[in-house]
Amino acid sequence: MTAPILALRGVNKSFGPIDVLHDITLEVKPGEVLCLLGDNGAGKSTLIKIMSGVHQPSSGVIEMDGQPVSFPTPRVAAEAGISTVHQFGGTFPLMSIGRSFFVGVEPTKGWGPFRVYDRKRANAIAVKAVQDMGITRITDGDRLVGGLSGGERQSLAIARAVHFGARVLILDEPTAALGVKQATHVLRIVNEAKRRGLAVIFITHQVMHAMAVGDHFAVLIRGAVAADFKKGEKTREEITDLMAGGASMASLEAEIEGYMASHNGHPPPPAA
Amino acid sequence: MSSTSLGGLLRRPEAGAALGLIAVLIFFAFFGGVTFLKPAGMASWLNVAANLGVIAIPLGLLMIAGELDISVGAMVPFGAMTVAVVSGHYDMPIWLGVAMALSFGVIVGLVNGILVVKTAVPSLIVTLGSLFAVQGVVLGLTVLITKSTSVALSVEGPAKAMFGDFLFGGQLQVMALWWLGLTALYIFFVHFSPFGNWIFAMGGDKVSARNAGIPTDRLTIILFVLSATSAAFVGMSQAILYNSAQVAGGQSFIFNAIISVVVGGVLLTGGFGSVVGIFFGTITFAIVTQGIYYTDFDRNWSSLIIGVLLLGAVLMNNTFRKMALSATTKKKGAKA
Repeated sequence: MTAPILALRGVNKSFGPIDVLHDITLEVKPGEVLCLLGDNGAGKSTLIKIMSGVHQPSSGVIEMDGQPVSFPTPRVAAEAGISTVHQFGGTFPLMSIGRSFFVGVEPTKGWGPFRVYDRKRANAIAVKAVQDMGITRITDGDRLVGGLSGGERQSLAIARAVHFGARVLILDEPTAALGVKQATHVLRIVNEAKRRGLAVIFITHQVMHAMAVGDHFAVLIRGAVAADFKKGEKTREEITDLMAGGASMASLEAEIEGYMASHNGHPPPPAA
Repeated sequence: MSSTSLGGLLRRPEAGAALGLIAVLIFFAFFGGVTFLKPAGMASWLNVAANLGVIAIPLGLLMIAGELDISVGAMVPFGAMTVAVVSGHYDMPIWLGVAMALSFGVIVGLVNGILVVKTAVPSLIVTLGSLFAVQGVVLGLTVLITKSTSVALSVEGPAKAMFGDFLFGGQLQVMALWWLGLTALYIFFVHFSPFGNWIFAMGGDKVSARNAGIPTDRLTIILFVLSATSAAFVGMSQAILYNSAQVAGGQSFIFNAIISVVVGGVLLTGGFGSVVGIFFGTITFAIVTQGIYYTDFDRNWSSLIIGVLLLGAVLMNNTFRKMALSATTKKKGAKA
């Protein structure tokens, strides 16, 4: 059994008097896709912001490779190898593929003050990185990012993260705005990232997408981990029900609220 | 290579500016004859373009980075008045006046930049404030010190030759050389050095740029310093050239520079544009304002032409940008 790369141990987060996350305990291992499921307002975004250094936990520990760490800024998290890709790719629509791929770490040629941006090399590396991830339609690094399809932009952003040595990839609803075919592209890339040994945290609403790539699922309800289970432990119907807020969701919610009321605000341990 | 094909050329940010320039050249050559392309005629619009261009390029870079600086309108008289009061009224060495004019530019730029970065108030508002504040300072201090709104200055020697003289005893101002040299420097830094990439990234998506490790705050402040100092430089040079400085004037630079930048293909919301485009845009603007004198038209119509030119350029630039975004399916076939 491999050790987890990233783990949260009893993480709480409050904004002023509002408690957003309760005793979150989660871990993700290399080569594993953790699907984070939950309705809007369940605390998914806050949770990924804590993992990527945008917010700091009010209490609890973040561990990387078993060592407690803290991420005061997104930069520190990024340097530790945590890379977040947002719904719209977080890239620059009016920049070329090569230039946007290397923003902040531009390859140069030449010497001293005459160092110039090496467009050819940047384009070649960027195109190769994207193609290696399985998107073969991108062949010209001078193309503007805004001219790519949503799926291609996601793929470019993921390829960028992988190229620059990300170990944990946080994907914030990467397939939410995409059509079926484009979503398939993105899922294929998620699988490729997983095959390369990255730990992937995949946030989604779509059960089909979660089932297609997920190894491990965690359902957030009202800021607490309501269910934490491995692939195959629940049927698609059960997961859909959990996510879509069906009968089991309603009972879980009631159960959690009841438990928290009687346990000093602590949520119950997640169901297996 | 894609960028050498005709389609590739049209998709570049300066494509609209280049076509606009050609259209304006043809227009004035047709109605005014080629006089304005002869040395004397050329000097008239090159002088306008040079003074405007030195301010328009750093302003354009700010706009590419998603900011705006309208305080340049006050920095031109501020720079002029500083050198005139220091080296004219107080008769101190000209180099002290030059140094003070430029350092005031740096200071106002720092204030603008730090306010924008720290308060997140839109830069239009911040620099609108500093525009009025600096105008007030210039008028108040000048009248307080010199009891006048116009200060004479007489400069001889190398400072005159460097900042405020005519080239080869003709009508072309030495500013034209500064403009060309600075344009070349800007082209290098924006389009060839890695820093240029940061400016575009900042204008495209500031949060992503910061997450990618770009020092967005520092870069924003540097760009504000650059634009305010460039404006002070132009004002200072004009005072040395004309041997006097007025407290008023300079406001026209605000809109003229913005028009040059926008005609030059810079996207107002940031992230897109080029130095060469701004260069073309500035020349186009200068030709329209000066070319009218070589035609039979009443010069009162020149604002109309500029207005139409601006709208036409923006529409054309929008079209080219859309082409740039949707481009390449065909090109890919050609390359494969």
